[in-house]
Amino acid sequence: MSGITVNTKINGDPVEFICEADETLLDVLRNRLGLTGAKEGCSTGDCGACSVTVDGRLTCSCLVLGAEAEGHNIGTIEGMAHGESLHPLQSKFLEHAALQCGICTPGILVAAKSLLEKNPDPTETEIRFGLAGNLCRCTGYDKIVRAVQDAAKEMRSGKSAKSKATAKKRA
Amino acid sequence: MRYERPTTLKAAAQLLAKEKGQAFILAGGTDLLVRLRTGFIEPDLLVDIKGVSGAKEIKKSASGFKIGAAVSGAELGEHAALKKAWPGVVEAANLIGSKQVQGRCTVSGNLCNASPAADSVPALVAAGAKAVIVGPKGKRTVAVEEIPVGPGRTSLKKGEIIESINLPARPAKSGDAYLRFIPRTEMDIAVVGCAVSITLDGKGVVTKARVALGAVAPTVRLVPAAAKALIGTKMDKAALDALAEACSAACSPIDDKRGTREFRIKVAGVLARRAAVIARKRAGGK
Ligand SMILES: Cc1cc2nc3c(=O)[nH]c(=O)nc-3n(C[C@H](O)[C@H](O)[C@H](O)COP(=O)(O)OP(=O)(O)OC[C@H]3O[C@@H](n4cnc5c(N)ncnc54)[C@H](O)[C@@H]3O)c2cc1C
Ligand code: FES
Ligand code: FES
Repeated sequence: MSGITVNTKINGDPVEFICEADETLLDVLRNRLGLTGAKEGCSTGDCGACSVTVDGRLTCSCLVLGAEAEGHNIGTIEGMAHGESLHPLQSKFLEHAALQCGICTPGILVAAKSLLEKNPDPTETEIRFGLAGNLCRCTGYDKIVRAVQDAAKEMRSGKSAKSKATAKKRA
Repeated sequence: MRYERPTTLKAAAQLLAKEKGQAFILAGGTDLLVRLRTGFIEPDLLVDIKGVSGAKEIKKSASGFKIGAAVSGAELGEHAALKKAWPGVVEAANLIGSKQVQGRCTVSGNLCNASPAADSVPALVAAGAKAVIVGPKGKRTVAVEEIPVGPGRTSLKKGEIIESINLPARPAKSGDAYLRFIPRTEMDIAVVGCAVSITLDGKGVVTKARVALGAVAPTVRLVPAAAKALIGTKMDKAALDALAEACSAACSPIDDKRGTREFRIKVAGVLARRAAVIARKRAGGK
């Protein structure tokens, strides 16, 4: 079998890889690119442990072929923290102990970030519906919901603090 | 297995027609890749249609909406004009899977996967949607209810591809709705689904209606007797009773772990009644 050459951007950096036609993006990320944050829970789209974004849209990387990534921007959990500084969602997951074994965590963080980008102030119901594609067998979800709510609050106040600062500067 | 991403539908149709082995169209892949991964199918060729020009577009014109074959559920939900004109179709498409699945799944894929329980299909049928099909022999347009012919089987011939799903323009005072019954609150397969689309006159009398049921027969079913029960009425109790009865009578469901025959027959009537009331409200009725 001859491989397919694919050009993408992953977390903002240009990445070229070679894969087989039937290889999923999840397998490419984990086995070829060493990006093992996305996990394989089911490989049938049910658990969300493999969540990534494709051109900013939340997707199961187990239901995308590596070849389909050609020309697209892929976002993975590895792109969430900035160097040593964690994303507010990551810090709040630690603070609230919103993980136990941690297998579901990267997928849930990617999905929660995508949710908050569209809806910065979600209700508990909206969070539960928004994360319905992510299964967790350990936490019982409550701590996850609370961590997301708390992170959302911090991100909103962070934003308003920032816009206040720029408003002051303008004035 | 080979993977191809042509940029025109003509090229896609030729690739499919030429292939001697098993060939499949790849849209969102949320059905196809599951079947591939679980070994249900062993294709020789996948033809990805997401690179076809126009496939990712929703076009609005005087004759209605044209939904390209690669438009995702999430994109349908973000299209304000479509949502306003066909809220039932959009709510049905948005019920497919999780946020992750919404990012990829298409209504054409939902239709061609030909599951009797496909959520967007009853809403498309009730809406009177048409499928524009491109194939080796040219173009044809058919009513969406003619595409599925049995569980997992369609009337599409080798090399034929759905180019778009077209929804008609709506007269004033029209509304549609889709409801499904599932034991969970999210991420489940419909035990019964029902879509109702109606148009009212100035006095609130139903002038046009279409009613479709999912998961109660080998294919999604259009139920003309149910529409007849509504037309000419103000949807009073008698009309809603007749609607429910016609829907229950149109069911020939199976018994399975998700629901018994009797349950499905009963629930089809209940959902029809509720969906009709929502459709009336959306049409600007009481
Ligand atoms: C976790 C999960 C949850 C789900 N939940 C639901 C649900 O709640 N309700 C529901 O109805 N479905 C559900 N599905 C099934 C699936 O997501 C839908 O049927 C979806 O609409 C399929 O669209 P797709 O674009 O991904 O299709 P694909 O997988 O790309 O294709 C499906 C089939 O249609 C054919 N096809 C696709 N496009 C065309 C075209 N333009 N012309 C001709 N043939 C074509 C393909 O060859 C294939 O046989 C779920 C799937 C998963 C993985
Ligand atoms: S591994 Fe992709 S959804 Fe479970
Ligand atoms: S922490 Fe173990 S599955 Fe969620």
